[in-house]
Amino acid sequence: MTAPIAGGVDCDLHPAVPHLTSLLPYMNDYWRDQVTTRGMTDLLSQSYPTNSPITGRADWRPAKGKPGESVDDLLKHALAPFQTAFGILNPLYGVQLVFSEDMADAFCRALNDWLVKEWLDKDARLRGSIVIPAQSIEKAVAEIERCATDKRFVQVLMLVAGDMPLGKRHYWPIYATCERLGLPIGIHAGSNYHNAPTSVGWGSYHIEDYVAQAQAFQTQMTSLIVEGVFAKYPNLKMVMLESGFTWLPSYLWRLHKFWRGVRMETPWVDRPPIEIVRSNIRFSLQPVDAPPEPETLNRLFDHMQSDELLLFSTDYPHWQFDGDSALPEGLSPDLVRRIMIDNPHATYARLKDSVAKETTP
Amino acid sequence: MARHVIAPVSEMPPGTRKFLTVDERPIAVFNVNGEFFGLLNRCPHMGAALCEGPLIGLAQSTTPGEIEYTKLGEIVRCPWHGWEFDIRTGQSYCDPRRFRVKAYAAHVEPGASVVKGPYVAETLSVSVEDDYVVVEM
Repeated sequence: MTAPIAGGVDCDLHPAVPHLTSLLPYMNDYWRDQVTTRGMTDLLSQSYPTNSPITGRADWRPAKGKPGESVDDLLKHALAPFQTAFGILNPLYGVQLVFSEDMADAFCRALNDWLVKEWLDKDARLRGSIVIPAQSIEKAVAEIERCATDKRFVQVLMLVAGDMPLGKRHYWPIYATCERLGLPIGIHAGSNYHNAPTSVGWGSYHIEDYVAQAQAFQTQMTSLIVEGVFAKYPNLKMVMLESGFTWLPSYLWRLHKFWRGVRMETPWVDRPPIEIVRSNIRFSLQPVDAPPEPETLNRLFDHMQSDELLLFSTDYPHWQFDGDSALPEGLSPDLVRRIMIDNPHATYARLKDSVAKETTP
Repeated sequence: MARHVIAPVSEMPPGTRKFLTVDERPIAVFNVNGEFFGLLNRCPHMGAALCEGPLIGLAQSTTPGEIEYTKLGEIVRCPWHGWEFDIRTGQSYCDPRRFRVKAYAAHVEPGASVVKGPYVAETLSVSVEDDYVVVEM
């Protein structure tokens, strides 16, 4: 394995909400009564079935409860072994799955407030992502603006498979808000299951959903690029989380090839897609979907002509690697520093803000 | 560089194009609204007969959804892969630095000066009363 270096940024950590009742203190009286009287207990997504091996690494599973529900465990398992300076928390709770935009809004607000009180306030290294009710643009923007005053929120989180292609102008007020507030948009693997989780319909097995995530990321990147999101919001950064990345060269070759022939249909795409990816889109490291040979991985970086694309992540508590071998074989020390420190800081401008705030008496 | 007499102007009204081989090179001459353009009829991408493609305008945009459409009829679109080339300059729009097709200056000369030469007019008989399309290559 490649040795990690101290002071890095872990860009994809998953704190677990123990139970829907954990969010009750952060709901108003009406929603608290709704949850209680309806007998709602938990919002589990089939993206990570509780007992599936990928949902929690064996040595990270607590004796009781969900993997990732204890702050102390996360600090001990994910931050300490890598001497991580900042850990970005991306809650994957089923609040985005509900169909009522009012309920989604109430639950997102509760989740974000829960994250502040139960996690960010517990350790100075922790940073958060704002979870939004994406089916209501108005409410999503209001929630981003409400949370963004806390500089420990460094990102807005969306699911790769939601209601519509993410490049659609419907979503643009969210992007305008994020660009204005210096918040990248993290697009995480997973579906709200309002559509089939693969582009060809409903499969039979969890592996079909999981492997299809890469196609969902490709489809969303195509949508974001050809709809002109980065022409309209050139300073907006997007981070593909738990996306894998070895599919990039062949995918981008295909997109570039066809763009050359139909450029005039989307003339706001005024440079090759790969250049837009290099300037605006980043990818979390884990799960590494490359074979273990170092030369294969390094060929990928050559193809992409960039060492700025990858951001360190453990994907804790998901089981993507054993021990502390989060970094694949064959990365140069220079690339390790970029992946662990330089690239995350260049992406998450608010990491600097929160450092400044802490050192100011 | 030789000047080649291609055709009497009367045979190439606006909107027409003429294909021919000059010095073993396949070329096309276009009349776009009375202005003449010469282009090598071979796409630098895969060698298609580029000049058989449709003539379109140039779509550009700085704001998604708002398209500025200029150079109407001055962009030839390759019939094989759809790449766009500017018939004035030969530059491509998908990869201007790497791909360019050879463009040849074309214009109209009165028959009187064509007769004086030096012009190459292998297959034409030139009369002083007419005007001629001339390509420099």
